[in-house]
Amino acid sequence: MANMAQAIRLALHYGEKHLGVTDIFGEDVGAPLGGVFTCTQGLATAWNTPLDERGIIGTAIGLALAGQKPVAEIQFCDYIFNTIDLLKLAGNSCWTSNGEFPLSMVVMTPSGAGIHGAPYHSHSFDAIASHLPGWKIVLPSTPVDAYGLMLAAIEDPNPVLFMAPKALLRIKGEELLPGEPADEKELKEMIDAPIGDRGQWKARWPEMGHAPIRIGEARTVREGGRATIVTYGRYVKLARNVADRLAAEGLGETEVIDLRTIYPYDWRAISASIAKTGRVLFLNEDTEITNFGEHLLRRTIEEHYYTLRARPRLLAGLHVPVIGLAPPLEEASIPQETDIERELRALLTEKT
Amino acid sequence: MTAVRPPPFRPALARGSARSAQPFKDREFARAFLREMVRARVLEERLIRMVRTGDGFFWIGGPGEEAFATSLGLLVDKGAGLAHDYLHLHYRSNGILLSMGEPMLPFVRQMKNVSTDPYSGGRNFVAHAAKKEWNLMPITSTIETQFLVALGTARAQWRARKRGEKSGVTVVVGGDAGTAEGDFASALVWSSRPGEELPMLMIVTNNGYGITTPAGQQHGERNIADRAKAFQIEASVCDGNQPDKVWAALSDALDYVRERGRPYLLEIAVSRLHGHSSSTGGHRVPDEVCCIDTFEKKLLKSGWIEEGDLKRFYEEANQEATEAIETVRTEKWPDGSTVLDHSFSAGDIRGGLPGRDF
Repeated sequence: MANMAQAIRLALHYGEKHLGVTDIFGEDVGAPLGGVFTCTQGLATAWNTPLDERGIIGTAIGLALAGQKPVAEIQFCDYIFNTIDLLKLAGNSCWTSNGEFPLSMVVMTPSGAGIHGAPYHSHSFDAIASHLPGWKIVLPSTPVDAYGLMLAAIEDPNPVLFMAPKALLRIKGEELLPGEPADEKELKEMIDAPIGDRGQWKARWPEMGHAPIRIGEARTVREGGRATIVTYGRYVKLARNVADRLAAEGLGETEVIDLRTIYPYDWRAISASIAKTGRVLFLNEDTEITNFGEHLLRRTIEEHYYTLRARPRLLAGLHVPVIGLAPPLEEASIPQETDIERELRALLTEKT
Repeated sequence: MTAVRPPPFRPALARGSARSAQPFKDREFARAFLREMVRARVLEERLIRMVRTGDGFFWIGGPGEEAFATSLGLLVDKGAGLAHDYLHLHYRSNGILLSMGEPMLPFVRQMKNVSTDPYSGGRNFVAHAAKKEWNLMPITSTIETQFLVALGTARAQWRARKRGEKSGVTVVVGGDAGTAEGDFASALVWSSRPGEELPMLMIVTNNGYGITTPAGQQHGERNIADRAKAFQIEASVCDGNQPDKVWAALSDALDYVRERGRPYLLEIAVSRLHGHSSSTGGHRVPDEVCCIDTFEKKLLKSGWIEEGDLKRFYEEANQEATEAIETVRTEKWPDGSTVLDHSFSAGDIRGGLPGRDF
């Protein structure tokens, strides 16, 4: 099965071939490296830029204004913070011009911790991204979703921020992408650049299928009637693991919702599940103060207050300046499986 | 308060061929040019008055830059798409649009933030125009970001040139104070990448101030245009108060970018006749050179205009402004119910707001 980086690469290739992508660019995005996570190896329109995040986002805006279809990469979301005013501009171009200048552009960036990335390769950006009106924001948890969400992002007439969990980029999926060769080795030989001299290397692309995932549509990855976990990115798998374990203990079935889109988020799916279970845990790794999960908590309280069976909860990262390198520091900064288990156990067992 | 003067303009790199100034040897052209300058000035003066009479919240503009503005507006290749010039302007550019053929009415509408404002539907300050048919990209309040966005349209035109297609050039304009932002340096770096040089004319209008702070207190460089040298970018400076000089410099710079497909940096010394904006009063500043006065005297001396001509130019421009203001007088602000319109380009995606789920 393709890993998430390969899935993104295949989606970008599909975008170049069928969806009019004109530029895939950023630091080390073109040859020879093809991206620090290899997401852009062998792509026809990939090119390297100066080491200048503001230049990258500004160029993407200009390309979109000129009718091109850019996909820009910020190498790690840890380095996107100096572009926030440009992201604001991209997000308000359509609104400010009264609909005359929408921007069809994609910015992709790896997000989150889990790769022993120290202070500047461990940031999350989902909470701040949710403060950028005018952007659609997606964050896949599997290679299949990464493929589908990237196609949808490319096709969208608005700016879309595509955040890939750093810790999942090299993780293989459990399902084949549409058109992906069944033999994993064959895929690797076709699209992974060789180690060493890549001067003559060219990717051999499989004929991929068109399978966009609608932006704004969550996925219920585990059915349940006793409690709800709403999460995204790399926490989907951890939440499912914990839900399975506590169900096996007889504490009840937990529904796990993979949000997939942070904005526009699928409130209908969230609300329907909370209405069913009356118990909800919002889970993500961004810092906890003005965390996106807090917004969902607010809506939960406003709209489900009288039918909740337990107090709703948010489990998020500590409000710590940055994430430290030593494993105990990182583990103390962002939710671990043991933390999720503690919160879910309390949620499942709280007496009404 | 004693005004702190900006540093003296040093025309070390001054250029602009006599050939390029040729149009100013034609009486009718010179008269028409003066008429356009007056029109730009009158629009700004009337916009300032609108703020004072409560017909707008804020004024910002470019009185004093008419020689440059009129020249650029007449020299650009106006149209939509890669085959024409892209314009990334800042908020002192009303005169450029007027000389491109825009009437005063849309500016007055934006000043009064009425729903008929074609640039923003009453959502943005005056002088924040945008016009797709002319490749005028949205003017924003953020300083110098246009130098980054310009890189994108210039790259698209660079690619069109490589394909052998007809391509215009990208023109980006900003002030002197904005060059302190890193975005200006980004534009120099990105536009001169070896082998992929961009067809982009970068213009710095140097009025000697950043809001109220004199450039001489903050900038040690002799000319801003000197910064181009490190990137092997051609550059020059010119006096923006002399129409024939600024026309020639602009014309040469545009020809260079069109013909060579490479970047060019042009620094133009301009006056700022009414300060930064209405935030600093918007009053006429004494001792600044007025390019209209200079040109008027020259044309009077040569006998190409008479006193009555100038008076008539002002009357005509004021008449246009008065009619525009009258038209807008009864027009309404946008309705509050439209506030979420155009948050996104396709459909009304209003998720995230209670009661407005998608």
